[in-house]
Amino acid sequence: MAKPPQSYLRTLSQERIVLWITVAIFGLAAAALPGFLTVGNLLAVIRSVSVLGILALGMSVVIIGRGIDLSMVAVMAMSVAWYLQLLADGMTDGAALALALAGVLAVGLVNGFLVAYAEVPAIFVTLASGSFVFGYVRSQLIPQDAVPAPVGHWLVELGQMRPVGIPVDVYVFAALALVAFAFLRFTKWGRYVYYAGDNPVAARNAGMPVRPMQVLRYVISAFSAFAAGLLTAASLQSINTRVVNSTLLSDVVLVVATGGIGLSGGKGGVRNVLIGAALIGVMMNTMTIVDIPQLYQNLIKSTILLVAIIVDGLINPRDEQTAQQGDI
Amino acid sequence: MKLIKTLAGAASVAGLMLSGAAFADSDPGPAEYAAALNGKRVVMVPLAMGMDLAQGWSAILQREVTAFGGTFETRDPNWSTEAGAQALTEAISSDPKPDVLIVMPPDLNSYSKILKKAQAAGIYVLLLDNPANFKADAYFGSDWTNLGALEAKAAMDACGEGSSKKIGLVQGDEVNATSLFQYEGIMKVLDADPSYTVVAKPVSNWDPTTSRTVTTTMLQQNPDVCAIIDFWDGDASGAAAAIRDAGLQDKVALITTGGGEQAADCDMIENGTYTAVVMTELVREGGDLVAMIKYLLQSGIEPGSTSAYIYTLEQATTKANMRPDSCWSLKALQSMNP
Repeated sequence: MAKPPQSYLRTLSQERIVLWITVAIFGLAAAALPGFLTVGNLLAVIRSVSVLGILALGMSVVIIGRGIDLSMVAVMAMSVAWYLQLLADGMTDGAALALALAGVLAVGLVNGFLVAYAEVPAIFVTLASGSFVFGYVRSQLIPQDAVPAPVGHWLVELGQMRPVGIPVDVYVFAALALVAFAFLRFTKWGRYVYYAGDNPVAARNAGMPVRPMQVLRYVISAFSAFAAGLLTAASLQSINTRVVNSTLLSDVVLVVATGGIGLSGGKGGVRNVLIGAALIGVMMNTMTIVDIPQLYQNLIKSTILLVAIIVDGLINPRDEQTAQQGDI
Repeated sequence: MKLIKTLAGAASVAGLMLSGAAFADSDPGPAEYAAALNGKRVVMVPLAMGMDLAQGWSAILQREVTAFGGTFETRDPNWSTEAGAQALTEAISSDPKPDVLIVMPPDLNSYSKILKKAQAAGIYVLLLDNPANFKADAYFGSDWTNLGALEAKAAMDACGEGSSKKIGLVQGDEVNATSLFQYEGIMKVLDADPSYTVVAKPVSNWDPTTSRTVTTTMLQQNPDVCAIIDFWDGDASGAAAAIRDAGLQDKVALITTGGGEQAADCDMIENGTYTAVVMTELVREGGDLVAMIKYLLQSGIEPGSTSAYIYTLEQATTKANMRPDSCWSLKALQSMNP
């Protein structure tokens, strides 16, 4: 069926709106701020959103499948904190890493099981499991908020690696983005994520293993959280579990949502994560260069996001055909 | 007659000597001390228990309060203002209510009303390390304006003549008194010398990753910065990472402030991560705190009727003036309480 002709305005999805806003801020900053358009600064921008981006990749896989994982930041901080604490207590690196990985896998499995089989809403399951992970690890396994990496540990060396002058975070982010893209685009289970997210009942009726796939998605998000945590520790040579109380989790959802991945599932991809991350990165960098006070930064950030959402709502109004059950 | 007088005199002297000996045997001090302090309940509500300062104070208080027969408890709000308020409210209405509350307020105003209520209920309120708009029975900790001034002077020393004289700040947040007053102190000193400029003053929200990101940007924009002042050693690891990443360890001095714990501060000065740290003398501060608790509980002073600032002596510690006892060790303090 041929599509009816559309004006350009009509083709403006939220993704494109955000892309245009990003390009506009980028252009303005490049013209007005002398130190903005340098290789060093642009690398710094990408690096500043690498960890956020990796978290957002994991989150996007879950959200496209019509779920949400609010335990990611807790898993990120606590798994790595526990790993470093085990090392500090004298455990061998292999054993400590294996334990930490097993812990991460367990959290992913429990999240997935409760959502897929017990059919508890994901938002409650992961909110609770995140608090549990934080509370348990913080109270039982580590003595302080911050756990330093041992001197000379491979993480510390990883953090100082600069192949071709580019921080290692950027490579890891790029590699994981590629893996996520390949998974969602080219693998059978990746394609199923969209079907299951768009219409889980139809997907199951068509014979897709909807429940095991759901478990897999939470395991993926848990492991991407662990990767993000390792990178954070590599750069800071320690991990501070206070990050669990920060706005990082909402920033992750923000990157995913503003990039244009609908929270109702079935839509979007890695490209949206990249656009969302680019907007946040360029915006924060510009505001830091201009030296805007924190309170105004929050105001500007939220205003731009609201504008993107409102414009999207005006151009692409929701109706019975586009609205989905379970929209949040 | 003379004999009788002599005998009487001898007897009275002997009597005096006897009664003197008896007096030496019964010092009224310990009994009064025990009566005033025994069974008293001291509750500490820090910002969080997961940091070196809170754990250090708590180790000292635990030992001392237990020794005078009181009970010492801590509540862990884990950086949440609401959880802290709840812990305070719960403590005030508990039975038996605490006799002394030791509080680190998260900002200038949030706890003021609750703490006034505590004083009205007959509880001494001691503020610890973070000032608030509230007349506490005593405040212990840093004079943050002075602390900021010391940091600024350390930064100017590190920059020196012939340098760019450009300084970057990484503030904590925009509500906590420690950040606001620290900023004020820094700016007072820097404003007094117009040859120095502050290139930027972003906020880290006490988070090391944010500190790294903003410091990276600051160094990108101003590669000739000669010193950065980060407002807390808890997030200065981020600024340190940014300086390291930029390969500017030898050119950019990093000045911060902290609790003076060995691993957090002195080791970091030793390995060159921090150029100077304005440190809290925590052990001495803990001693002051204990002395004030002992005094107030014996004094009969009405809670809320007097107020005092017990500022800790502060110094910018650098490699040059660091002594073996400049820092305290959390492990050693904690080992006092088996």
